[in-house]
Amino acid sequence: MTITAGIDVGSTYTKAIIQARDGTILGRAMGPTGFKLQQLARTVYGMALDDASLGEGDISYVIATGAGRHQVDFKDLHVTDLTACARGANFLFPGTRTILDVGGQTMKASRVDEAAKVLSFRLNDKCAAGTGAFLEKTARYMGYRTEEIGALMTTSKGSVPISGVCAVFAESEVINHLSLGTAPADIMQGAIESLTSRSVQLMKRVRAEPEFTLIGGILRFQTMGQLVSEILESDVNIPDTDMVQHVQALGCAILGHRRLEKIRTEADASAPVR
Amino acid sequence: MTYAAGVDVGSTQTKAIVIDEDRRIVGRSLIDTGANVIQAAESSYVDALRQGNIDEEEVGYVVGTGYGRFRVTFGNSQVTEISCHGRGAVHLFPDTRTVVDMGGQDTKAISVSADGEITDFCMNDKCAAGTGRFLGAAAEALDIPLDDLGPVSLQSTKATKISTTCTVFAESEVLAWIGKGKKIEDILWGVHTSIASRSVALMRRVGIHDEITFTGGVSRNGGMVKALSDRLEKPLNISDDCHYMGALGAALFALDNVMTGRAPVADNVGATS
Repeated sequence: MTITAGIDVGSTYTKAIIQARDGTILGRAMGPTGFKLQQLARTVYGMALDDASLGEGDISYVIATGAGRHQVDFKDLHVTDLTACARGANFLFPGTRTILDVGGQTMKASRVDEAAKVLSFRLNDKCAAGTGAFLEKTARYMGYRTEEIGALMTTSKGSVPISGVCAVFAESEVINHLSLGTAPADIMQGAIESLTSRSVQLMKRVRAEPEFTLIGGILRFQTMGQLVSEILESDVNIPDTDMVQHVQALGCAILGHRRLEKIRTEADASAPVR
Repeated sequence: MTYAAGVDVGSTQTKAIVIDEDRRIVGRSLIDTGANVIQAAESSYVDALRQGNIDEEEVGYVVGTGYGRFRVTFGNSQVTEISCHGRGAVHLFPDTRTVVDMGGQDTKAISVSADGEITDFCMNDKCAAGTGRFLGAAAEALDIPLDDLGPVSLQSTKATKISTTCTVFAESEVLAWIGKGKKIEDILWGVHTSIASRSVALMRRVGIHDEITFTGGVSRNGGMVKALSDRLEKPLNISDDCHYMGALGAALFALDNVMTGRAPVADNVGATS
């Protein structure tokens, strides 16, 4: 059985997936990226191998992606986030035509065809306002940790407008709202609504069409998926909670299998004809 | 003797200035704005009066300015900080034609005429990149007091280029550079040059004319003074009172009223954005 690995070194988290040729996911792992990318990629890879009860020798091909992909010293190949993300989304939801990926420091919208080829894309990687960092900052100004955001939002009874133009200036807005006695949950709800509206704008710029697949760490918060679905007036695909952050790593593992097949076919073709 | 006062309630700090009929500064005060804006305005005003040994009854007129100018409950009228910085700058440095005001949360470029009237201005109010907050983020990331940023950056021999635009991402970038073994002074100098380059771009939008006066809280930072004048290739007017420029301008508008009995003219300059 051929087994491949996909490593996604994101701005905030590093993810790894170990996948068999028949598509079964054998192992997965995730860890905060930090600043020692090379070391961390190796650690997360090791964790995923442990999860699959496998060793490095069992893996035939490793593909890396994400902002830190060049730091992965054990990779066979690296691909861009968009390629990996298209492949992973296509595997989970074959009808995917538009992908929205909201991560810690980037937001990406892309349109793909039925063969997972990227047709067009838009990124927001220069400004924190449309990324997970925006929610994290908003939570931090109110004294909540990132992990508490999900639980906090379930208690929201309404929302207050947060302009969402700048993650830094949001601090003043948050302070103003708190001083007026607004509940932190409602401020958080306002922040995620503002993030959602930016996301939908980005999707419109790639001429989004169904099916819509939403991935990335922020989609762990159900509110975000619901809001996007409401604005687009359409159902949206969201992978399970344990998969939503691993879609790019999964895409890499799948590409690994395709790559191996290509290598095999080429080897066959160049073999002497009997 | 009748006095006039200006209170500048900024996003980060509140400043108050009291002047006499000869336009001499007789009292000044600077405090953190904090959450209670009304209280901050009052405290700084009382401080400035105490410093000048002046009774509240001796003050003929008070002008409020800054983002919290309508919270100056004892103010007789309000004038925008743009007009006040322009007026103050031309008072201290009569040949000023361009003012760059760098505060806690925004940076403004203001173009003024010889009589201190605003002819144009623009500001970055939608994004914290290139504002004092960018320095605050760097100070936080490096765990260095804000006041040490300038002196430390001036020890640099080679700037570490900061490539991110967003203040939030810059914080991560600063930490990443530390992880890669870059010197703190070089990273900080990189932060200063990055802000200077964005500010000069803002200034070009209103036109850069002789002379340039640097105002606002960040003008105390020697590193930023150097970074800006390097980028502009000319010196900047700077004084200890540049930090109080908004309050000084407001006090000068207040004095107009004391001398002529006319309320300051409401300013309605359109922004270049």
